[in-house]
Amino acid sequence: MHRIYLDHNATTPPSAAVVDRLTAVLKEEFGNPSSIHHFGQRAKAVLDEARTDVAALLGAEPSEIVFTGGGTEGDNLAIRGVAEALEPSGRRHLVASSIEHEAVLNTFKALARRGWRTTLLPLDESGIVSPDGLRSALDDETALVSIMHANNEIGTIQPIIELARIAKERRAVFHTDAVQSAGKVPLDVKALGVDLLTVSAHKFYGPKGVGAMWIRRGVRLQPALTGGKQERGRRAGTENPAGIAGMGVAAREARASMAEEGARLAALRDRLETLILARVTGTARNGAREPRVPNTTNISFDRTEAESLLIALDLEGIAVSTGSACSSGTLEPSHVLKAMGLSAHRTQNSIRFSLGAATTEAHIDRVVSVLPGIVDKLRSLTRTVVRA
Amino acid sequence: MRIAVAMSGGVDSSVAAALLVEQGHEVIGLSMQLYDQTGHQPFGSCCTLDDLHDARRVAATLGVPHYILNFERQFTETVIANFVDEYASGRTPIPCSHCNSDLKFSTLLERARGLGAESVATGHYARVAQASDGRWVLTRSCDKGKDQSYFLFSLTQGQLARAVFPVGTLTKPAVRAEAARLGLAVADKADSQEICFVPDGDYATFVEARAPSVRAGVIVDQRGEQLATHAGVHRFTVGQRKGLGIAAPAPLYVLTIDADSGRVTVGPRSALDRAALTVSGVNWISRDGLEEWSPAAVQIRHRHQPASGRVRSMHGGRAEFEFDEPQAAVTPGQAAVFYDGDVVLGGGWIE
Repeated sequence: MHRIYLDHNATTPPSAAVVDRLTAVLKEEFGNPSSIHHFGQRAKAVLDEARTDVAALLGAEPSEIVFTGGGTEGDNLAIRGVAEALEPSGRRHLVASSIEHEAVLNTFKALARRGWRTTLLPLDESGIVSPDGLRSALDDETALVSIMHANNEIGTIQPIIELARIAKERRAVFHTDAVQSAGKVPLDVKALGVDLLTVSAHKFYGPKGVGAMWIRRGVRLQPALTGGKQERGRRAGTENPAGIAGMGVAAREARASMAEEGARLAALRDRLETLILARVTGTARNGAREPRVPNTTNISFDRTEAESLLIALDLEGIAVSTGSACSSGTLEPSHVLKAMGLSAHRTQNSIRFSLGAATTEAHIDRVVSVLPGIVDKLRSLTRTVVRA
Repeated sequence: MRIAVAMSGGVDSSVAAALLVEQGHEVIGLSMQLYDQTGHQPFGSCCTLDDLHDARRVAATLGVPHYILNFERQFTETVIANFVDEYASGRTPIPCSHCNSDLKFSTLLERARGLGAESVATGHYARVAQASDGRWVLTRSCDKGKDQSYFLFSLTQGQLARAVFPVGTLTKPAVRAEAARLGLAVADKADSQEICFVPDGDYATFVEARAPSVRAGVIVDQRGEQLATHAGVHRFTVGQRKGLGIAAPAPLYVLTIDADSGRVTVGPRSALDRAALTVSGVNWISRDGLEEWSPAAVQIRHRHQPASGRVRSMHGGRAEFEFDEPQAAVTPGQAAVFYDGDVVLGGGWIE
C-alpha cells in the first residue's frame, strides 16, 4: 500500500542529509566533547558547527543556544529553571495559555502542587491569546509567562511580540514553546522579544531526542539536572554529538527551504481544507484561518467519532491524528479545542492534518476522494441496530 | 474478508487472531481500554496497560494493524453500572455477559463495521454456525471444561451473524500449543481470573464506592427472628455460606435477599432447593421460543453441571424451567441458559 503521511506535527522523517550527517558523526566522531584531547576537540567542533546552524535558524547568537533532549525537556528547563531561580525573590506566579502543550501544562500543575500560583489564560474560538487577557492576568509576583509560538493542534500563531512586551512591562520572564514553528515559519528571537525559546529537532526533519533552547544572555535559570558543566552549566550530561549534528543539518535545510516550502505547503493545506469543507457535510475548521503555520489544518466532523475516522483512514493508508499525539488513547476531548469554548461535538470529533516535505497534490486529492465515503459509512453505522 | 479481532492480550484472542491470519483473512486487531490507565491504583486484571501491551506485541508479530479503542465511558455506563445496580438490588450479576452483548458485540462491532470489517472475532470458547433454516446457532466449545457459551447467551441473531469464535473448536492445551508454535509471547500467560475490573475480588468495597446508598439491614432466620445486622445487601449472594458472621449449630446459607427492606433470610442448606425457576429478559437463539413444555438442560452458574428438566416461554420476554431434581442456590441476577445437548436454546436472567 502506498501510504500518505499527514502527521508532520507529531514527527517528521529525518531528511537524507540529516541521516548521512548523523551516521557519519556516530561512526567517525565518537569523542566526548568535554575531553581535552584530539577526539574531544573533534566532537566539540561538531557541536559548535550545529550550534551555529541552530542559532541561525532562530536569529540568535550561538553562545545562547543550549542543546537539550527535546521539546519537553526544554519546556521543563525553562519553566522550572526560571521558577526556581526567581523563587527567593518572592515571585511565585506563573502564567500560560490554556492551549499549551502538556509539557507546559503539566509542569505548571506540578509547580502548583508545590505552592506556585498559576494562571491559564482563556481563549476564544480563534485559538489566539488575547493581549488584554494577558495584561490583566499579570501582577507584581508574576515570575514567568509561557505562551507557545504556534499551537500543535490547530496551528494558530500567537502574537508573541505583543505578549512578550506586555510581560516585560511587569518584569516577568517570557518563554515561548516554538516547537511547532521552528523550521515552518521564520523565527527571530530578538524581534520576538522573548527571553527563552524552545525547539525540537524531530519536528523539522531532524532526529528525535534532540532539542535546543535559546536563553537570552543574563536570564537566570536553575538547571534541572545536576552534574557536569556541559552547555555552560545549563544542561549537565554528555552531549549527543550525532543527534545534535543531525539537528544542525536540519536547521540549515529548513532555513534554506522555508520560504518556498512554506508557500507550497500553505497552498496544499488550503486546497485540502477547502475541499474537505466543501465535500464533506457537517465539517468545520477549528481555529483562525490566519495567522497559522502553513502545514496544519484541524477539522471537526460532526457525528463522526474521531478515533474511528483516524483508524479508517489508517486502513486506507492515510496517517492523521486526533488532537496531539501524546493524548491519543485517552480520548479526552482536545484540551485545546475545549479551551477555545467549542462544543463537545467539535472537541471530540476533530482530526488534525499536518502536511510536510513529502506531501504532494496527489496525496491531497486522494484524501479528499476517500474521506466523504469513510465519513458517510461511519455516520450510517453509529448507533445502528445491531440487536435484532 | 476483513475481520476485527477483539484482542484482550490473552492467549485465546491472540490465537484467534493468528488463526484468522493463517486462513487468509485481513485482520484488524482492536483492544478495548476499559478503565483509566493513568491512575496509580491497580484496577483491573483484563485489558490493563500490560494486556494492551501484550496485544500490541502479538499484533506486531502477526503483522496486523492494532488499535486501542477507548471504551471507558461505555464500559462504565453499561457493564459497571449494571454490576453495581444489581448488587445494590440484592442480586448477583454477571458482567461478562453484559460486556459481550452490550460492548464487544454492540459498540465494538459497530466500530469494526465502520472500519469495513464484516465481523468481530473473539477468543471465546464457543461455536457459532448458520443452520439450514438460516438461524445462527450457538453451541458449546469442543473443550467442555473451558466452554463459555453460558456468557454468550444474550447475543441476538444479528450479533451472532457477525460473531466469529476461531478457538471454539480447540481445547485450551491446543490453543497454547498453537500460540507456542506461532511464537506468540503470550503462549504461557496465565488465564484471567475473577471479574476483570475487581481483581482483588472485593466486590463489596467496589459497590460501596459507586452506590453510596446501599441498604444496611438485618439477617433473619426463616421464622423472621433477627440473628444479626449487616452493612448492606450487596454483601450477600443467594447460596452463600461464608462470611455471615453468625454462630449456629448447623451451617447457615443465604436463602433470600430483599433489597427494599434490607432483610437477608438465612436457613439450612435444604431450604435452598428450588423445583423451578423463572427468568426475564429472555433471548432465544436456536428458535423463536418454546410455547409447549420441552425437555432441556439448564445451566444456572458458570461452573454448574447443567440440570435436566423442561422449559417453556412465558409472556413478556420471560420463561420458566422446572427441574427434574430440585437445585440448590438458584441465584437471582445470574443467567439461566437452556441447552439441548450442546446447542444453546436461549437464556435469561434469573428472577
